[in-house]
Amino acid sequence: MAELSAEKTREPFIRIARRTGIHWYQSWGVRVVAVFLALVVNALFIHGVTGLNPVEVYRIMWTGTFESKYNFLTTLRDMSILYCVALALTPAFRMRFWNIGGEGQVLMGALASALLMIYGDQLPNGLLLPLMILCSAAFGAVWAFIPAWFKAKWNTNETLFTLMMNYVAINIVNALTNIWRGAKSSLGTLNTQTKAGWWPKFLGYRFMPFLLIVAALAILIKIYIHRSKHGYELSVLGDSPNTARYAGINVKKVILRTMILSGALCGLAGFGIVSGVDMTISSGTARGYGFTAIIVAWLAHLEPEYMALISFLLIFLDKGAAQITSAYSVLNDYASQVITAIILFFILGSEFFVNYRLVFRRRYPGMPAPASAAASAGVQTTDADRKEGARS
Amino acid sequence: MTTLIAWINRAVWFGTVIMFGSTGEIITERSGNLNLGVPGIMFLGGFAGFAGAYYYENGTSDPSAALIILIAMLCGMAAAALGGLIYSFLTITLRANQNVTGLALTIFGAGIANFFGVQVLNGGTSVKASTSHAVFATPIPVLSGLGAIGQIFFSYGFMVYLAVIIALVTNYFIYRTRKGLNLRAVGESPATADSVGINVTRYKYAATCIGAAITGLGGVYYVMDYGYGTWSTANSIEGLGWLAVALVIFATWKPVNIIWGAYVFGTFFWLYNYLPSLLGITLPNYLVQLTQMIPYVVTILVLIYISAKQKHESQGPAALGQSYFREDR
Amino acid sequence: MSDHPKIPAVSMRGITKRFGSVTANNHCSLDIQNGEILALLGENGSGKTTLMNMLAGLYYPDEGQIFLDGREVSINSPHDAFSLGIGMVHQHFKLVDVLTATENIILGIGEKGKLDLKAAAAKIRSICETYGFDLNPDQKIYDMSVSQKQTVEIVKVLYRGARILILDEPTAVLTPQETDRLFTIIHNMKDDGKAIVIITHKLNEVKRISDRVAILRKGECVGVYPTSEISIQEMTDRMVGHKVVLNIERPVPKTPPEQKIFIRNLTVVDEDGLTRLDHVSFYMNTSEILGVAGISGSGQKELLESIAGLQRVQSGSIEYKDDSGNLLELVGRDPLEIARLGITLSFVPEDRLGMGLVGDMDITDNIMLRSFRDGRSVFTNRRTPKKLAGKIVNDLDVKTPSLATPVRKLSGGNVQKVLVGREIASAPRVLLTAYAVRGLDINSAYQIYDLLNQQKERGVAVLYVGEDLDVLMALCDKIMVLAGGKLAGIVDPRVTTKEAIGLMMTGGAGKEEQKNG
Repeated sequence: MAELSAEKTREPFIRIARRTGIHWYQSWGVRVVAVFLALVVNALFIHGVTGLNPVEVYRIMWTGTFESKYNFLTTLRDMSILYCVALALTPAFRMRFWNIGGEGQVLMGALASALLMIYGDQLPNGLLLPLMILCSAAFGAVWAFIPAWFKAKWNTNETLFTLMMNYVAINIVNALTNIWRGAKSSLGTLNTQTKAGWWPKFLGYRFMPFLLIVAALAILIKIYIHRSKHGYELSVLGDSPNTARYAGINVKKVILRTMILSGALCGLAGFGIVSGVDMTISSGTARGYGFTAIIVAWLAHLEPEYMALISFLLIFLDKGAAQITSAYSVLNDYASQVITAIILFFILGSEFFVNYRLVFRRRYPGMPAPASAAASAGVQTTDADRKEGARS
Repeated sequence: MTTLIAWINRAVWFGTVIMFGSTGEIITERSGNLNLGVPGIMFLGGFAGFAGAYYYENGTSDPSAALIILIAMLCGMAAAALGGLIYSFLTITLRANQNVTGLALTIFGAGIANFFGVQVLNGGTSVKASTSHAVFATPIPVLSGLGAIGQIFFSYGFMVYLAVIIALVTNYFIYRTRKGLNLRAVGESPATADSVGINVTRYKYAATCIGAAITGLGGVYYVMDYGYGTWSTANSIEGLGWLAVALVIFATWKPVNIIWGAYVFGTFFWLYNYLPSLLGITLPNYLVQLTQMIPYVVTILVLIYISAKQKHESQGPAALGQSYFREDR
Repeated sequence: MSDHPKIPAVSMRGITKRFGSVTANNHCSLDIQNGEILALLGENGSGKTTLMNMLAGLYYPDEGQIFLDGREVSINSPHDAFSLGIGMVHQHFKLVDVLTATENIILGIGEKGKLDLKAAAAKIRSICETYGFDLNPDQKIYDMSVSQKQTVEIVKVLYRGARILILDEPTAVLTPQETDRLFTIIHNMKDDGKAIVIITHKLNEVKRISDRVAILRKGECVGVYPTSEISIQEMTDRMVGHKVVLNIERPVPKTPPEQKIFIRNLTVVDEDGLTRLDHVSFYMNTSEILGVAGISGSGQKELLESIAGLQRVQSGSIEYKDDSGNLLELVGRDPLEIARLGITLSFVPEDRLGMGLVGDMDITDNIMLRSFRDGRSVFTNRRTPKKLAGKIVNDLDVKTPSLATPVRKLSGGNVQKVLVGREIASAPRVLLTAYAVRGLDINSAYQIYDLLNQQKERGVAVLYVGEDLDVLMALCDKIMVLAGGKLAGIVDPRVTTKEAIGLMMTGGAGKEEQKNG
């Protein structure tokens, strides 16, 4: 119910109360402040460790994305892949199915494309590419379907199951690349001569078509989760499985259907990488985006438009780090991981201040307590409450 | 015979790394916190332990074995516990999502370790703390000389035995002490624990930080003994970290199962290198990846099995992965 | 207040507790003596449980003082309450499933030294002997029936040395036999000098077991009386503030009743192999309200869920006569098909949300739950549900800032109105409703009764599972009594008495099969 004492003290000094309402500008204010604080902490970190001027470091990071058209487009390219995976995870997360297996699903999708590029290089691109898309989606879907089926059947823990599936996928890809590369140290770019399975250039760039596909996908996913009957069903299921049952929603079917969709879209991301960016495959093809996308989707509250923002931010940081590495010998590209993680920590923590507010003890012996905490006793939000919340 | 012994030795070394990792993670998960930051924590522990030992070793003319051990382990545990503290603060106090926070912690741990690691490497690809490695790898005197038996059971550095002891102590703690009972209650039903006056927040913090410290020892062992006292950017800590998470499930959240489970995982992991020559055959080398996949596949099978059997005790803590807020009762 | 010469075990003075704008307790004063059983009587929402929660350390009063044996104390946590010798057994048991009885009982006790389960089990056995509990200390909670779980809870507080025991509606989940046993134990504890508070709204139990009765109304203590000196009628009057003239209408339908649903030998066995419904046969008429009476957990939920297609039926048949007179077998059909036939279910669970409503969704989205599939488009239509939501909010007087407010943020009564309103709005042929007035204030409850009557007049076959016998007697055309999963009988409320129904409710029971934890 309403009260929470922070610790077992005599009359708690600080209580935590759930906010009953918050304006969009307040919640975004909290998040902007969080990112800003994270940048300050990062600046202290950079300066403390390397003695560099953090503002200058940030400026150089900025150039990683915004120095040239090329930089900007590569940022967009990588962002579109990450974004695609995050979009893929969204339907699953909306039904509270913890698909931690994006990495494996992307890899399996990539594997399907690579298989076709290697064994189907005689086919014309007009046939090969659609086939690659289809097979990549199918491979990703299968990889997601397996844990989903067991979840539907026996309620097998999907978080751990999908996590394990990643490493099975990584090892399968490792084994196959091992076969393909033979005595060479790595597989190398596939079909450099025939360019079979390479996505055609569009507007001068090979990844451009994929970028456009992802943009369209974002709109479709937004509509799917908010306007379609499927989307409605999985929101009901995510919030209350019992209610879903009562409403005659076939829970198993929705779980399977949604995970097939989620896996297929991850597979599509795998195709995008192999066909439009890497033209080859390795166990690192998914770039860890399967995991990063989980963070992106969650931080964005599973809303596609915010996901675009956050995936852009993360890739921006990544590119910036590469830039500072070449500019300063004392920094290395692992700095980007640290900076990224710290920003993530701050955004994760900031959600608390969006959802809750701290109520400081205002009462004196014999005085009535502030009557603002209850969440269960009906709707009551006063402006004073909100303002107070924003300050805390 | 030598091949077999070598295989067993490998399996034990390997198993020890994940035994620490899993034991720590079991303590954490028993409090209801599913910390997916295990690889990150092992990175933190491994690097801090190495850095401590390396700088001590190079900073004095006559490094003492006891101090090397003390410094490496303390640094490793402290750094790892700090990782656990970040996770705790975010998930317990600030109520952030556990999965997401854990993954961010993995990025953070790997980032910090490698970032400072590059500073230590100073342009090279690997550096070695030879004296420290020697200290950590010292086998049990006398007993290790007892032929095959000595080779199989007594030829390891002290941390191999420490891992087993910690797992046993953890088992005893969880099932035989009051605090262990309280901890189980927190992970199963925090509301119940709260109602009988157990400080859920404190238990969660303590379990996560102590668990992280133990997990961090896995990192220390990885670098100091398993990795021959070498720090390099190309290491497999992350993979082993995830394997430790898998082992927790494989062991159905019981520390005593971790002990043999870790060695079984180790045996599978090194199967490719030793089994063919034992059998006198040669296998194509892509099979190495497929054999290394076995622990994950087996873990999945265990996961399916326990969910299909619906056995209450093997399911893992009932409130695993869920945050507890008293007002949401 | 009583002018007892003894110092009371507990003395609450001027206790006030507010939750936001709602005052749960307003300047309540109450004494509890050693060696007495005090009944705390009040309607749902009268603040009984809140008041006792402050003794148990779950809430801290905003105003007022608490004295134990004449000494002022401050109870900030359940832990404080334990150390002061106060123990409360809540309605929802707080037990860890995978632990044994012993482990649950000693949980959280800050004793030093090793965990000695054997010694603890021995102590538990001796407590059981003293008071007459039947408990196996080594049994795991997940293997226990509801009454066994309750026993664990009571032993838990005794083990901690509680001398002041608070039992929150302890009989709600018990069979009559189990209730008898519990009352014997409570008497033993009283004889042992313990102060016992029973929170209840069952008047006969008040009469049967208590020495004194304290009555709460809308958060205020309206009086404390020796039980022997107050009649049930007087208790009721004070509880509700005015004479309860249960003036619920029972209109005579314009169209004569017709048989609509035939249930034959319906048997339901749950996952644990317990028989929840045992060869139940009856039929439902159109233009009638069929009441279902029974102790909670007698198979009401299973019955409703079976008809709605949500329950796996072991054997028996449920036949539905459609408008053209064809008989359709419902067993084996999926819930969606059954709902399309016009059979709707509104089950109000104890937490109100979780079954039937989606807490994080707004009113419109919740209204859509029944109709979102309409039309062949892959997209949902929001316009019609929005209009309907507006109408329900308007007609039923749902208090909400807007249609876009998540239902989680509405108060209980308003949540229920949304739920019942939605089910009725789908123009059902058969309306199944359970606990529709649970936790509602009297005005809202009457609104719900009116709604049900309107449905009856429309020719709907209504099944009403209720908790309050008076209401059932006044509202229903027929009352079916369930006891231990069996049909104990179907009676006409116009000619039968409450006592007779009460007897039937308890008559057929007596098996350990009310496992509804």
